[in-house]
Amino acid sequence: MKIPPSDRGTIMEGTAFILLTQGIHGISYGLVLFLAASGLSMIFGLMDILNLSHAYLFMLAAYFAFSIAQVTNFWVALLLAPLAIACIGMLLERYLIKPVHPFGHTPELVLTLGIGMVLLEVVKSIWGTTMLTVMPPESLQGFIPIGYLKYPVYRIFIIVFTIIILCGLHQLFRRTRFGTIVRAATVNSDMVSALGINVPRIYTLFFGFGTWLAGLAGVVVAPLLSVHPGLADQVGLDAFVVVVLGGLGSLWGAFVASILIGLLNTYGIQLIPTVAPLITFSLMVLVLTVKPTGLFGDRQ
Amino acid sequence: MQLVVKDLNTFYGAIHALQNISLSIAEGEIVALLGRNGMGKSTTLKSIMGIIKPRSGSIQFNGNELAGLPPHKIAQAGIGYVPEDRQVFGNLTIEENLMMGQMGIKNKNAAGPKWTLDRIYEHFPFMVKKHGLKARFISGGEQQMLSIARALMGNPSLLLIDEPSEGLSPIIVNEVRDILAEINKEGVSVLLVEHNYKVAVYLAKRIYLMGKAHIGYENSVGHLEAHPEIRSQFLEV
Ligand SMILES: Nc1ncnc2c1ncn2[C@@H]1O[C@H](COP(=O)(O)OP(=O)(O)OP(=O)(O)O)[C@@H](O)[C@H]1O
Ligand SMILES: [Mg+2]
Repeated sequence: MKIPPSDRGTIMEGTAFILLTQGIHGISYGLVLFLAASGLSMIFGLMDILNLSHAYLFMLAAYFAFSIAQVTNFWVALLLAPLAIACIGMLLERYLIKPVHPFGHTPELVLTLGIGMVLLEVVKSIWGTTMLTVMPPESLQGFIPIGYLKYPVYRIFIIVFTIIILCGLHQLFRRTRFGTIVRAATVNSDMVSALGINVPRIYTLFFGFGTWLAGLAGVVVAPLLSVHPGLADQVGLDAFVVVVLGGLGSLWGAFVASILIGLLNTYGIQLIPTVAPLITFSLMVLVLTVKPTGLFGDRQ
Repeated sequence: MQLVVKDLNTFYGAIHALQNISLSIAEGEIVALLGRNGMGKSTTLKSIMGIIKPRSGSIQFNGNELAGLPPHKIAQAGIGYVPEDRQVFGNLTIEENLMMGQMGIKNKNAAGPKWTLDRIYEHFPFMVKKHGLKARFISGGEQQMLSIARALMGNPSLLLIDEPSEGLSPIIVNEVRDILAEINKEGVSVLLVEHNYKVAVYLAKRIYLMGKAHIGYENSVGHLEAHPEIRSQFLEV
């Protein structure tokens, strides 16, 4: 059969649009990953703590979002749930992680993983194991047209929201006292305290800040994926790969790696569904073999 | 006396790095602490600063006990620290480094007029043009000046300075020396650790000499100059 030239054009355009929307899907998932991973990466960069409970705090935020949205709405959840997570994060750092930190990495990994397991059990006992749905707020439901296709408004919201947060992070680090102190303490925390700054307090606040970001990610992801106990592993693993891939402690590395993993995930599922989950890991192994410090990092 | 250190003992694991160190500094005085490599001069400053916790002994500053306090409390009490190797924040600009010196200090009742960016720029004119430059891009001498200026921004009444002339050319060494003399004229006392004997005796009125982990000699500069055998016992290699 002969396809008329005009139709040939539309088919090609159609394919292009599918690839384009897949691309936006990938980017929006990548940006959520970035929100989830950035706190993990920054906490490692400043405090040398690999917090394995980070992904579980992220999951807890999604459950908080579910419950808060039930009695109020999504926007209140977006405000309150991350703050609650930040408070929990600060308490964990202050009373559990800080006392263990001087004893080295292994006890700390065991402790933070243990905290994660406890959070998981708490979630299961309060909310059960069924999949819960959080609806996007009404103003973000529906689709906007992109060419022939309609694209979910909520995904566009995620992209815009995360970019605003990213710009906010940049400003925080460049322009505020807190940001200056954090940058200085990342390279030489002893010197910072010798200048009269209470570094342990900065650490606790910063831990809260990193977990606040995980909380934001958890709330934003809730309407996108269903809320269930497997969320921590599902997104947490990707977030972990992002942090390692981007270079532990490197924010820009985490950003680039997030987008990469997001795109790989969506295009991968389209093109070769069965091996898609392997792609991320293969990429990580490949990058680490070539450059053990990650794409942008300087630590192993 | 402004600072009175008594029977300070500090350990690195099993190594007894400071053994009953006692020294004192009067208000407005420059005192030098000299000795060969590895005797414990830097450890003495770090112990006073609380960066390494002394195991026992007392550190009285204006009558208040500082031993056992964390470094930020000691800095807030009015002690400025200019460490070995300068330790400027290379990833911060000159101006950000200076601001770091001021942010944590609430108690601003220091000797002499308060230090501000403007006054720092008057004393260190090279910083005006370079204020937006990352500190890792300036020369060693400039980093030394920045480290001193950063400590001054906290309006300390006592500065602990560790080998400010190390690795600098003779001209720059004299510049650093003159800056320290200027600062001292403004009422800041100085505990100076130095390998450069000339700089030390130019600035200080009193000298402490360290042997291994202990203080072996204490007297005026005049006395030390008159006894070359003491110099050779503690300083020459
Ligand atoms: N972090 C550390 N761990 C173990 N031992 C240390 C440590 N720092 C210093 N020491 C030891 O403590 C002793 C005193 O060191 P310190 O740095 O105070 O000497 P110093 O007089 O400042 O020497 P220099 O003139 O070379 O700077 C040395 O024997 C040194 O090897
Ligand atoms: Mg030394």
